[in-house]
Amino acid sequence: MIRKQHVIPSVWAPPQLSMRWWPVFLRNLLVWRKLALPSLVGNIAEPLMWLVAFGYGLGALVGEVTTGGQQVPYILFLASGSICMSAMNAASFEALYSAFSRMHMQKTWDGIMNAPVRLDDVVMAEMLWASFKALFTVTAILGVMLVLGISHSWKLLLAWPVLWMVGVTFSCIALIFNALAKGYDFFTYYFTLFLTPMMFLSGIYFPRTQLPGWLQTLTDYLPLTAAIELVRPLFLDQWPTHVASNLCLLIGVTVVAFWVALALTRQRFRA
Amino acid sequence: MNYLLNVENLVKSFGNNTVVDDLSFHISPGECLGVIGPNGAGKTTTLRMCLGLTAPDAGSITYFENLSMPDEALAIKARLGVVAQMDTLDPDFTAEENLLVYGRYFGMKDRDIKSRIATLLEFGALTSKAKAKPGELSGGMKRRLSLARALINQPQMLMLDEPTTGLDPQARHLMWERLQMLMQEGKSILLTTHFMDEAERLCDRLLVIDHGKKIAEGKPRDLIAQHLEPDVVELYGQGALALADEDSPLRQHAARVEISGETAFFYTSQAQPLLMALQAWPQVRSLHRPANLEDLFLKLTGRQIRENA
Repeated sequence: MIRKQHVIPSVWAPPQLSMRWWPVFLRNLLVWRKLALPSLVGNIAEPLMWLVAFGYGLGALVGEVTTGGQQVPYILFLASGSICMSAMNAASFEALYSAFSRMHMQKTWDGIMNAPVRLDDVVMAEMLWASFKALFTVTAILGVMLVLGISHSWKLLLAWPVLWMVGVTFSCIALIFNALAKGYDFFTYYFTLFLTPMMFLSGIYFPRTQLPGWLQTLTDYLPLTAAIELVRPLFLDQWPTHVASNLCLLIGVTVVAFWVALALTRQRFRA
Repeated sequence: MNYLLNVENLVKSFGNNTVVDDLSFHISPGECLGVIGPNGAGKTTTLRMCLGLTAPDAGSITYFENLSMPDEALAIKARLGVVAQMDTLDPDFTAEENLLVYGRYFGMKDRDIKSRIATLLEFGALTSKAKAKPGELSGGMKRRLSLARALINQPQMLMLDEPTTGLDPQARHLMWERLQMLMQEGKSILLTTHFMDEAERLCDRLLVIDHGKKIAEGKPRDLIAQHLEPDVVELYGQGALALADEDSPLRQHAARVEISGETAFFYTSQAQPLLMALQAWPQVRSLHRPANLEDLFLKLTGRQIRENA
């Protein structure tokens, strides 16, 4: 008897990607189109409330903030940071709660993989979809900021692709936790232990120069810090400094996080 | 040989537990093969390996004579239709949209998919439900929509995991009718089931597996003839179990006796003498019937409920 013994490929094997992610992305788009309006209200109402309450309310007490050697109104300082947070949150919610519903509760992924679509392509589609949601949310908020006259710099056009990149980065990180989750409760840890501290330490609400030296150094390496360092100067009609290092940080985190997310998801589906 | 699916010496272990143990089988064009076995026998793992969802430890799975799973999974799946045990329909989409979106996963053009939707809905007896979402459909309708969805790519072969579990009799019969229509069109089917009447009605050939091994294979009628006496007399009611004792006068009329709960099963090739003798115990109730696939299944795999099943 001839027995063919197999070596099962490692979950850490390189991603096998093709354009098969596109119909999966389209599927999510088609569902979302049915719910776009309420989802839009939900996505932008909260960041705008923060902006109004803190920007105008607290801003009146704070006055101006010094950043990049320039005195700027607090609302401009806050808006330029909080839009990065909105990109992060929109991507995280989609790649955690919504992706988990599709993967685990509805078994949508199982259905898709009975068609000629690989798991790698499904994970890719979910990642790009969550980043698209982030881009959509950010676009709506940018629109409102333009109407409110918070910033009118043409450089905001450049902030747009950077914010999409922020969505990509945080989608990849969130998909790691999606792959590990047993239920929705797990995501609370991610939000309270990871995203919330980052939100307070990345210089959204106050300049990081207020932090003790060692903490400043530590927060230099947070992906949200890198995002804000890139986006904030564009709001102030300036050019960001350290573009290369900050972009490298975002891209590096993205690549590593995607690979880990893919490996853990493959592990999950292998059992 | 010209097999649509040829599985040879398949092995899969999880830790120390060997779930599929040197299993081989094949499906010829136009054939319906039923895989039956108790819970935990390895049916689902076998099916998952055939679908490329679980990687085998050893053995080969070859489709359409020259495509090997999992290496050429995408080329194989392009020609396969799958109905999973759990419905994976999209709850946010109507029946029509479910078909459209699923067709896109096969790389089909919207125009080509749309030209098939009406026929597929009609096939699933779902024409009036084109705009209904899965939440508004009955269990039977959902299963038929899953079947219609699996046909979107005009597959050569269908893989059905317990296609009628949880359905009422009307819905099951309609499902069977549809599957028979597909077989008449020449489609090949691999199905798993727990219903022996379903296996007997639909399958040309059966594969009985237990503890990951093949324990019997053949045409349903042949298997029954090969393993069982043709007649069964079931005895129940007061004193029925005593009649199954070694020294009971009825024992000489039976080739084999089994007891399950409060019922005694007498297997025999000559039922008349047994039934005549039985008239001496008017309080014992009896049922005389031909041996069926369920008897075979229970003989081969035992009547005991499995602890971890």
